[in-house]
Amino acid sequence: MNKTSNQKAWFFVIPVFALVAFNAVVPLMTVVNYSFQETFGSNVFQWEGTRWFKEILHSERFHSSLGRQFIFTFIILLIQLPLGIAIALTMPKKGWGVPVCLILMSMPLLIPWNVVGAMWNIFALPDIGFLGNSLNSLGFDYNFTQQSGDAWFTTILMDVWHWTSLVVLLSYAGLNSIQPAYYQAAEIDGAGRWDIFRYIELPKMKKVLTLAILLRFMDSFMIYTEPFVLTGGGPGNATNFLSLDLVKMALGQFDLGPAAAMSLIYFLIVLLMCWVFYSLMMKDEGRT
Amino acid sequence: MAKITLKDLSHSYLTKQSNDADWALRGVDIDWKDGGAYALLGPSGCGKTTLLNIISGLLKPTKGKILFDDKDITALNPVERDIAQIFQFPVIYDTMTVYDNLAFPLKNRGLSKTEIDTKVKEIGEMLELTSTLNNKAAGLTADGKQKISLGRGLVRSDVNVIMFDEPLTVIDPHLKWVLRSKLKELHQKINRTMIYVTHDQIEALTFADEVVVMHEGQIVQTGTPVELFEKPKHTFVGHFIGSPGMNILPCEIVNGQINFEGKILPNSTNIIKTNFSKTQVGIRPEFINFSNEGIEVKIKRVSDTGRHKVIDTECSSGSIKILANASAEIPSDSAYITFDQKYTYVYGDDWIIE
Repeated sequence: MNKTSNQKAWFFVIPVFALVAFNAVVPLMTVVNYSFQETFGSNVFQWEGTRWFKEILHSERFHSSLGRQFIFTFIILLIQLPLGIAIALTMPKKGWGVPVCLILMSMPLLIPWNVVGAMWNIFALPDIGFLGNSLNSLGFDYNFTQQSGDAWFTTILMDVWHWTSLVVLLSYAGLNSIQPAYYQAAEIDGAGRWDIFRYIELPKMKKVLTLAILLRFMDSFMIYTEPFVLTGGGPGNATNFLSLDLVKMALGQFDLGPAAAMSLIYFLIVLLMCWVFYSLMMKDEGRT
Repeated sequence: MAKITLKDLSHSYLTKQSNDADWALRGVDIDWKDGGAYALLGPSGCGKTTLLNIISGLLKPTKGKILFDDKDITALNPVERDIAQIFQFPVIYDTMTVYDNLAFPLKNRGLSKTEIDTKVKEIGEMLELTSTLNNKAAGLTADGKQKISLGRGLVRSDVNVIMFDEPLTVIDPHLKWVLRSKLKELHQKINRTMIYVTHDQIEALTFADEVVVMHEGQIVQTGTPVELFEKPKHTFVGHFIGSPGMNILPCEIVNGQINFEGKILPNSTNIIKTNFSKTQVGIRPEFINFSNEGIEVKIKRVSDTGRHKVIDTECSSGSIKILANASAEIPSDSAYITFDQKYTYVYGDDWIIE
């Protein structure tokens, strides 16, 4: 069979090419360009080859911020997923409670990220903040601006507060799409509550949970605004996550070359991790 | 296995009921023998699924009692009732293998590994699932999946009744026939009480020894397929069963006789009670013949279905459908028809007058 050739179709794609070029390809290529060169300003560049990549990959500073980033992401996924599913399971399925719960759950998601940071900064201040003050009057020695453990605790608590709702809403949607017949069949089969969760709810939520894990991974791995406002990466370097470190290097120190190389490595790590997650979780889908 | 008795069962999904329309079920009384094959037949929204869910214990009736072998089980939950139910679409546990799916109800009831193994293999054999026992259940086709849900019911030996809620809805037409014969065959083999809910008259009539026809939350007739066809006790049964359905036309009752189109129709019964708000005469298209005298009709259209011809005719009281052999000669414009006296019934307020 002969394929009909219609080259005119390309004209329809041109606007998209132009848009994508302006918002993705051109900036990304600029970064690629920087990553192989050294500049001292005034638009003078000098070729450096793979020097910055080698330097970043062997730098102690990059290793520690990457390590912090992985630990942070791992902890928040570990907390937010089970917590989100648990909240979704206890949410009402019908009646006036549904809109109330949904609105309550959406609230944190609607607050601008820097506002979240500022809110939690004030909330957690050891002298005047409600959280900090209460903890101290309860006898805990809490000060997130001085002690790195407290800074981590506050950052994680803030992220859990801000983003668990997303997992809740996705899980809730997944749970609601399960046909009542599944529960009825399980009841007749004599399944217990845990069996229902393990064999019906969890498998049926698989797709939305995959989405939740991907979104939460990406967002938490690239977290910037909230810790920037809350701790600024401190005390010391305790909460200096990857993107905070990157901005410090690029704009604080104006090391454009190394910062560009770091950006690309960062980008590839996110891409690789998402691909790994996705292919692991969708492994069985092809066969169904 | 059990005999099932339903006593004055009513159900409403509302908390307050003011009129008949608020009830999904109204005063249902049923006696089902142990080991029988029964069908609940009716259009969508007639209350058949509600009735089924009440029998299985997924719903608690607003009024009335359910007895298994004369024991009141109204308050028991589905597990305690020992029933099995197969739903409209296949309900399987996706992450388990076919084997584990079949073993699941037995595991939950604490049977030993060897007992489970024998039972599962036996049922797998019976349903022709042996070759796929170790496959993931999610990978099977719709009919394979539906066999698994059926298997989960059959695998338990203590089941009082197996209930089917339109189980062939998602099955391809050519497999429907296969699965239906399989069900019939299984019923003969295991001899358990089976209740089959459907809106498809062919499914009901081929599966069941006795069909219960439901309409607006009530049972309008219970009987064998032949009884339902030959003597519908309610105009709804006449309409709903048969293709095309019964002709139901307004008539008058004069001196105990049927007056239709100004003619006295031959009818074997003498009608005593006459205070109905509406009276109708019912005759199946199969029992109308062309004649030289009788009721005058105009022939509107003849459609040939292969084995039969369906003739649409019109008389002054309304339209009448006639079924004739494919080879029969059909008058062209107007004709006279007569009704077979044996199968002519009179309905007062939709119920048969006898």
